[in-house]
Amino acid sequence: MKSLTIGVLALQGDFIEHEAMLRLLGVETRQVRLPEHLEGLDGLIIPGGESTTMGRLAVDFGLIEPLRAFGKQKPVWGTCAGAIFLAKDIHRDQPILGLMDIVVERNAFGRQVDSFEVDVVIPALQVVDPDPRPFRAVFIRAPIIEQVNPPAEVLATLEDGTIIAAQQGHLLATSFHPELTDDLRFHRYFLHLVEQSRLRRQPAGQQVSGNGR
Amino acid sequence: MAQILTGTWRVKAGLAQMLKGGVIMDVVTPEQAKIAEDAGAVAVMALERVPADIRAQGGVARMSDPELILKIMDAVTIPVMAKVRIGHFVEAQILEAIGVDFIDESEVLTPADEEHHIDKHKFKVPFVCGARNLGEALRRIAEGAAMIRTKGEAGTGDVVEAVRHARAVMKEIRRLQNMAEEEVYAYAKEIGAPLELVLETRRLGRLPVVNFAAGGIATPADAALMMQLGMDGVFVGSGIFKSENPAKRAAAIVKAVTHYNDPAILAEVSKGLGEPMRGIQAATLAAEERLAPRGW
Repeated sequence: MKSLTIGVLALQGDFIEHEAMLRLLGVETRQVRLPEHLEGLDGLIIPGGESTTMGRLAVDFGLIEPLRAFGKQKPVWGTCAGAIFLAKDIHRDQPILGLMDIVVERNAFGRQVDSFEVDVVIPALQVVDPDPRPFRAVFIRAPIIEQVNPPAEVLATLEDGTIIAAQQGHLLATSFHPELTDDLRFHRYFLHLVEQSRLRRQPAGQQVSGNGR
Repeated sequence: MAQILTGTWRVKAGLAQMLKGGVIMDVVTPEQAKIAEDAGAVAVMALERVPADIRAQGGVARMSDPELILKIMDAVTIPVMAKVRIGHFVEAQILEAIGVDFIDESEVLTPADEEHHIDKHKFKVPFVCGARNLGEALRRIAEGAAMIRTKGEAGTGDVVEAVRHARAVMKEIRRLQNMAEEEVYAYAKEIGAPLELVLETRRLGRLPVVNFAAGGIATPADAALMMQLGMDGVFVGSGIFKSENPAKRAAAIVKAVTHYNDPAILAEVSKGLGEPMRGIQAATLAAEERLAPRGW
């Protein structure tokens, strides 16, 4: 099978960390700064960073509509600022994509001195690794997902019930940063969504059509 | 119950990672902070005076009034940084108490201790420190700095010193990577840096923390120059609010840092920005007027 190419939105933030994780998984990566960089990608990650900065740059370089169109067809995963960018509602006037039926509150845990890390159990990750060991979630001036409305679903919560990850079909949002750990399970989970999405878009019959040459 | 850990190294260095590819702007009022945020700044540095004014007015430069910093924190949603004097750990305790997101232990203020920098491991809030070379950068990281920036020569609008410091660090890292393993021990001693950080730098081929450019950046081209030299992002101090059209210049510098490798976009964003800050040639400064030699 043709290897996957995953884009990482590189307007600002920790896009290099995501690329490093993807390369460890044998995936080609591409930095996306302009609409034409989305061409031919199998999926896209929107990294952590400042959502106001990414929003301003996405507007200035004409990326909002191309990103929306991309997300309607192909998998997109947003971490932290990326999750804010994917949400339908963030309680404030700031450019967002509005692709997922989730309500996100920015900086919901407080300021930087309140940033934290904690182990969380995420049953969905057993799709890629049956070992149910906890995932070390790193929250940096993190948002929380206040509400998840159908068809979006809750993927993970803290012990007090705070929602920290959600999924809507091929769209994924996490308020924490798997790219700041050395645990590859969340990136593998996203690649699993990318594979599934690609199979859906390319029925089996189509894959053999080029064999005659 | 899973244990919740705050103030860890990963959380402190992690905030610096979130700032990468971004511009951090000096501001002296809540209104300026809002202009910076709207222009796309990833953080603001809250100050009573920008370095150009500290330079012009002289006197002892200290931590800013916490009331001003709090007003700036209220005005924006992006992280707010503030400066303390080198070695002044009580100013740092005060800034941590009011909830500043990042502390700059800065040579731009008048040093409070001529022998010791702050023990930054004792704080939950992350620190950024200036450095002119690899040894200085690694000494600061050993003390707990979660982010490094070039010192440059603040308040001049002359990029030459920032270029010198960025190139010095890069050159020393290249040299470190090319030397035989047994030479690393003597090299660590020569540059006055802890061996384990020297070995980590050699393995990574870069500083172990995020490294920004600072000190004299005044134009989109300056910012892109520093990015092409391998910096992770840019501080702009006096360069924005001492120019003719701060909002436009701020937005242009933000775009230049994202598209630092695209000369066509750099040309576009450099058009019609009005007068940059007037500036002072760093080479004409007398020894006692230079800020970069403060700290060691």
